[in-house]
Amino acid sequence: MSLSLVERLAAAKAAKDMGALVDVIPYAKWLGLSGKIEDGALITTMTFAPHLVGNPALPALHGGTLGALMESAAVFELLYRAESIVLPKTITITVDYLRSAATVDTYALGTITRHGRRVANVSVIAWQEDRAKPVATAVAHFLVMAEQQGA
Amino acid sequence: MDDEAKRERRLAFNRAFASSVPHNRALGVEIIDLGADFALFRLPYAEHLVGNPDTGVMHGGVITALLDSCSGAAVFASLARPAPIATLDLRIDYLKPAAAGREVLARATCYKQTRNVAFTRAVAYHDDEDDPIASAAGAFMLSTKLGNVAPIKGPS
Repeated sequence: MSLSLVERLAAAKAAKDMGALVDVIPYAKWLGLSGKIEDGALITTMTFAPHLVGNPALPALHGGTLGALMESAAVFELLYRAESIVLPKTITITVDYLRSAATVDTYALGTITRHGRRVANVSVIAWQEDRAKPVATAVAHFLVMAEQQGA
Repeated sequence: MDDEAKRERRLAFNRAFASSVPHNRALGVEIIDLGADFALFRLPYAEHLVGNPDTGVMHGGVITALLDSCSGAAVFASLARPAPIATLDLRIDYLKPAAAGREVLARATCYKQTRNVAFTRAVAYHDDEDDPIASAAGAFMLSTKLGNVAPIKGPS
């Protein structure tokens, strides 16, 4: 396993194996993320696990896990749609928390609003049982230039 | 508040925090300091938090979770009495990658509190707050369920 991350991501993408996309990123695995294609859209799922809980009294998921899910969903969308594999680097992310997130599976879908030469803008929506009632939304900017010295 | 009361408050908060926030415990987050309007957190480096296995650099989402927690703690610390709070929004600017293998510190300040909303600023860094890995601006809803949650006017 001496393949680089970019090479492994490229292989996963070529094989249309969204699970492999997640498997190469330790933190994504630890969060319990998985990816699947539904009607041509890449849906990222964060399977519920006790270590994701932020408030056991409600109970509710930790807000940070929702941010991480949506940031990951945006990155996966960029990797999935882009013609060449470039590791997107997050510049900014703004997360809006709309509802308390229950201790169940959470889904996220990223939409590329604009993909420029240097920067991509991706908006993300996260929901649980009812897609019409999002628990959080996010908008993020990524640097999407090929790796170069000092980038 | 005198030093003894502050220390006890911090210890109590740390215990409650560790036992009541499973995700923070899972991340390994600990509170280093807590004041009338600020919180200082530490996140030890761990393999399962890595975003890029080639470089060993932690995932941006981990920094998001750390800054969210730390900002929430700064709000909580600034409340006159404990009340539920909820993150309304959080904007994070990633300024440079975290160094592989190193712990990350976060300092958050609750710089303004109104009847319903509290506002925070936070930075994540290794050694120097003025050379941050990420900076964040947050807004939190304050619950009115427990009645009046008037802000503490500065450090007492």
